[in-house]
Amino acid sequence: MAYTVPKEAYNGKINQVEVGRNQHKLIMGGEETLPFLSFEGKAVSTVPLALEIQDINPTGDWASSLTEIYGSVMDNPAEWARMCQDEFKADMICLRLAGTHPDNGDRSPQEAGKIVEAVLSAIKVPLIILGSNHVEKDAAVIKHVAEVAANTGSIIGKAQEKNYKTFAAVATAYGHKLVALSDLDINLSKQLNILLTQSGFDSKNIIIDAMSSTLGYGLEYTYSVMERIRLSALQQNDAMMQMPMICDIGEVTWKVKEAKATEQDQPAWGAVRPRGILWEVLTALSFLMAGGNLVVFRHPEALSRVRSILAELMATA
Amino acid sequence: MLAIGERINVRTKLFAEAFKERNFEPIKDMAIRQVKGGANMLDINIGPARKDGPELMAWLVENIQKVVDVPLCLDTTNVEAIEAGLSVHKGKAMINSTSADPERLSLLMPLAAKYNAMIIGLTLASGGLPRDANERCALAAEIMAAGAEHGVPMEDIYLDPIMVPINGQQEQVKEILEAIRMFREMNDPPMNSVIGLSNISNGAPENMRSLINHTFLTMAITMGLTAAIVDTLDPAIIQAIKTTSVILNQSLYCHSYLETC
Repeated sequence: MAYTVPKEAYNGKINQVEVGRNQHKLIMGGEETLPFLSFEGKAVSTVPLALEIQDINPTGDWASSLTEIYGSVMDNPAEWARMCQDEFKADMICLRLAGTHPDNGDRSPQEAGKIVEAVLSAIKVPLIILGSNHVEKDAAVIKHVAEVAANTGSIIGKAQEKNYKTFAAVATAYGHKLVALSDLDINLSKQLNILLTQSGFDSKNIIIDAMSSTLGYGLEYTYSVMERIRLSALQQNDAMMQMPMICDIGEVTWKVKEAKATEQDQPAWGAVRPRGILWEVLTALSFLMAGGNLVVFRHPEALSRVRSILAELMATA
Repeated sequence: MLAIGERINVRTKLFAEAFKERNFEPIKDMAIRQVKGGANMLDINIGPARKDGPELMAWLVENIQKVVDVPLCLDTTNVEAIEAGLSVHKGKAMINSTSADPERLSLLMPLAAKYNAMIIGLTLASGGLPRDANERCALAAEIMAAGAEHGVPMEDIYLDPIMVPINGQQEQVKEILEAIRMFREMNDPPMNSVIGLSNISNGAPENMRSLINHTFLTMAITMGLTAAIVDTLDPAIIQAIKTTSVILNQSLYCHSYLETC
């Protein structure tokens, strides 16, 4: 008897979101089946891979495996962005405004706005603009920087339960997509998407952030939440769960000792450089298996390795 | 869960007149209100419609589908009127209904097959109302056999155990629940089922009807009911459907789950 491939049929599909400006727009989402199961239906076909930069030089905070690559451009966000785009071929640039945090420079919205403007004029690829994960300050900063970036089709974030109204209003006013972050909880994620929709924001412009973690530090929790979000979207046709998902993994990965401890400190763990890159690659691949649609890396080599693996996974047989 | 709005019905004087005079305004208003209330299908009951059934049904289907984006459940005993409605209907319609009577089955199952429509099969034959769950299943088997014979997919057949008023036929109500459970087991994947919910509270005081209706509906969904002809203007009905769906883990809980469709 001939073998028949067992196939699942799904009711729902993931929203397709277009970001960016001019001839450099990118799409993500749009799939109608679980990741890479192209024999079942329309599988995910584009996964933009972004590199993270910051508004202030993160030397001291970032692992030496990272700072040795970027070197002096870390003083100049526009140059840094250009390097990520031209040299490392990032599909998008993710600018984290870490320096606006009250404990990390407390830069004003206007200062942040100037940096956003400089980065936007240095690159052609789409931009992701994130705050410093300080609920009140992020709301104040995003009001201004979203206006500076008006009509560039950028992604702004991260909207949370305590500041989503400001984010929704400025994302609508200036034509941006919105990252909606909830605290590693599928029910809260759905709730935030409903609140955003009820405030008048178009649910087709939301990108879910289920809250990323890294290998060895809660990765399986994020994986499980993301997987259940995808199943609700596809099996139960839940419109409040059908948004593409962002995996913001660089920040969480390069914090852990496994990614940055030197050979001198941990002789049994092998060379630090490949170890950190692999840590980021494995974290990214895990979340892509769970349905991730956009990944933010810190190491360009992690990005390029994931890109080549993705090419194989998405090649049709 | 298919919530089929029951309000457009010839037994309501407003609609009897609107049908006769081809006055679309009150029909349009009620169609829109029911869909806003949560209906994902609308029942269009024109009764026996002996005179101009086909013209009336076609007129209703064409006009209602211009104002709401849901399929319709064509409710009449007039077979020509059903076919006239099916021939102009966009999307997958539902035929309401055939009984287990061989003559009705041989007229209506071919229509369901021809127009790729869903069809309600009343577990009712010339012998009168079934007396228990077993009799309902015996009639269901005849309906399913006729469906198979005419090429109607099993998932398009909605078995109706025939709702009766609790005021008067109380002992039948638990038989109906049991029949819904047994219908599921008659096929793999399980058979769909449907009830005309409001009939359970027929004759009960007006202020009790919503309570009886949505309590029974919750119990019936738990037994496996997949569709119901209901009053979608009663918020308690739609709230019961959504809450039951969340409790049965068929849709994802969040604090505002009532506010999503």
